[in-house]
Amino acid sequence: MSGPVDSGRFSRRFAALEAEGRGGLITFVTAGDPDYETSREIVLGLPEAGADVIELGMPFTDPMADGPSVQAASLRALATGMKLAKVLQMVRDFRATDDDTPIVLMGYYNPIYSYGVDKFLAEARESGVDGLIIVDLPPEEDEELCLPALKAGLNFIRLATPTTDDQRLPAVLANTSGFVYYVSVMGITGTKSATGDAVKTAVERLRRHTDLPIGVGFGIKTPDNAREVASVANAAVVGSAIVDRIVGGLDDDGRPKPGLTAGVLDYVRELAAGVRGGGGK
Amino acid sequence: MTQKINTYRAGPDEQGHFGIFGGRFVAETLMPLILEVEKAWDAAQADSSFGQELEYYFKHYVGRPSPLYFAKRLTEHFGGAKIYFKRDELNHTGAHKINNCIGQILLARRMGKTRIIAETGAGQHGVATATVCALFDLPCTIYMGSKDIQRQAPNVFRMKLLGAEVKPVTSGSNSLKDAMNEAMRDWVANVEDTFYIIGTVAGPHPYPAMVRDFQSVIGRETREQMMEAEGRLPDSLVACIGGGSNAMGLFHEFLDEPDVKIIGVEAAGLGVDTDKHAASLTGGRPGVLHGNRTYLLQDDDGQIIEAHSISAGLDYPGIGPEHSWLYETGRVEYVSATDTEALEAFQLCSRTEGIIPALEPSHALAHVSKIAGDLPRDHILCMNMCGRGDKDIFTVAEALGVEI
Repeated sequence: MSGPVDSGRFSRRFAALEAEGRGGLITFVTAGDPDYETSREIVLGLPEAGADVIELGMPFTDPMADGPSVQAASLRALATGMKLAKVLQMVRDFRATDDDTPIVLMGYYNPIYSYGVDKFLAEARESGVDGLIIVDLPPEEDEELCLPALKAGLNFIRLATPTTDDQRLPAVLANTSGFVYYVSVMGITGTKSATGDAVKTAVERLRRHTDLPIGVGFGIKTPDNAREVASVANAAVVGSAIVDRIVGGLDDDGRPKPGLTAGVLDYVRELAAGVRGGGGK
Repeated sequence: MTQKINTYRAGPDEQGHFGIFGGRFVAETLMPLILEVEKAWDAAQADSSFGQELEYYFKHYVGRPSPLYFAKRLTEHFGGAKIYFKRDELNHTGAHKINNCIGQILLARRMGKTRIIAETGAGQHGVATATVCALFDLPCTIYMGSKDIQRQAPNVFRMKLLGAEVKPVTSGSNSLKDAMNEAMRDWVANVEDTFYIIGTVAGPHPYPAMVRDFQSVIGRETREQMMEAEGRLPDSLVACIGGGSNAMGLFHEFLDEPDVKIIGVEAAGLGVDTDKHAASLTGGRPGVLHGNRTYLLQDDDGQIIEAHSISAGLDYPGIGPEHSWLYETGRVEYVSATDTEALEAFQLCSRTEGIIPALEPSHALAHVSKIAGDLPRDHILCMNMCGRGDKDIFTVAEALGVEI
């Protein structure tokens, strides 16, 4: 279902993971958190630290499906002047150093709608973005951005959730490409965690409906969690726990202390070791 | 901008759109539930026993019909149009909000939901929700911005007396939009047992239409009462607008009456030419927030801007999607009134009519005071007195420099 000029990075990366016999690590950070330069340093360092796919948050003032960690990350980024155009610039900076690691932008629709859908899609494709996760665009609103994105050669990664029943799944999967993001708990990011068994059952259910790779996220906090999830899914998504490491590296005035980037990347290395210890899926 | 349209009362379409506005912009976790609410609402509308139950509570619990009152002294004061108040401030709990809460909790019960959540700004919707939850013995959590908790302390205490849990919201700008975000986050985490009673004509479809339909009792009664009092329809309608539920409730009945002029009054805060106002139509542009496309206060990058109004109930950076559509079609005229103008109207109404209005309808009255004097004496103007001002006396005292 990929668009005509899909970058192909997702299929290549997930095929490589398959060949390695392991699940991947998808890391989430908000672009511009805590400021552009520090965020850029972190993002550029992620592949070397072991991230297989990079999920980059586009900050928004009202992130309705996110927990306190990601909400605060958005506000920190916005407070230091982050804009949608600068998110795309960060992707360009990244692509100058890495042409293989897939990048998916995650966010909410209003900043894109405000920027102009066609303009955004063209610039995102040109800057090296591979896919989009837009939380507040269910299949019922596919004409807004999903279909134009596919046409522009960008993958549209849909969220499937525990409330997406078998009857609804086909509609959710219909225009999904790149991979499917399974939200393992009912709730917001960074709060509850699903049990390994529940994730396994859910992934098996999804596989009955799709051949796309499956990433599982929400509530994955430790290398052990990541290992467990990556052993049954194609990838584990870790977000809030990484964002919390960024917070841990800020001084009392919210400015980055020396060593913040190294600390965050060290934690990503632990997670990466986790998914590598998971064995075959 | 005015288009020729056969009817202004047909919306929304099946996808919940009023023109380009409305829709269902929610996370996937919520989507199945939104569809379930829609199905239950359709079934309820087709079931006469639901309508009968609603009417029973409207009459015996809310105290409907609310009177249509000829404001004789204000009419004389302005020296122009004949001014009527639709007195929804006399409802149980002191505002129009209860109309919608009764309707939604009856629906929640039909759906077998066992827990209720809501957001509130001024606290009126929170009090109304807590009230119906007490009535039907359902646990209730109300999200309220920490800023609003401070300025609406009496309502916070009321909600607690009624048995509700009031959760302060300290994210974002600590006001109504953030309370709505938190309520949505709660809902996402508790979809199975929880019903979200949204307080205004906004949110994902079917909420804007459903809330409007519950509030439309205001307009239906007004038509009947005006026919009785004057033998004809009013010449103009005026109502204040935050999200816009009292206004939709009054307006909807009259949208296809070409001779009825309809005016919505937004909150201009310190002035629409400042950055401290809540006038989404006057000072915003279309965007997507809280499940619907509508006019929003936002910056150049699509980030939502904090609204400002002396009235906590109007302090919201968006507006119901149907209002956005009525604005673009030109059917309804949208104007604004400042904090200062609303304060003046608040005092004038108290002294002249012996009615202490809420700060929300004081905005509507502020506009009435601008136009009434220039209208002919046979012009009938009906304003929605949608809430009483007891909750606002501390805010007003502070604004007037009076220590209580």
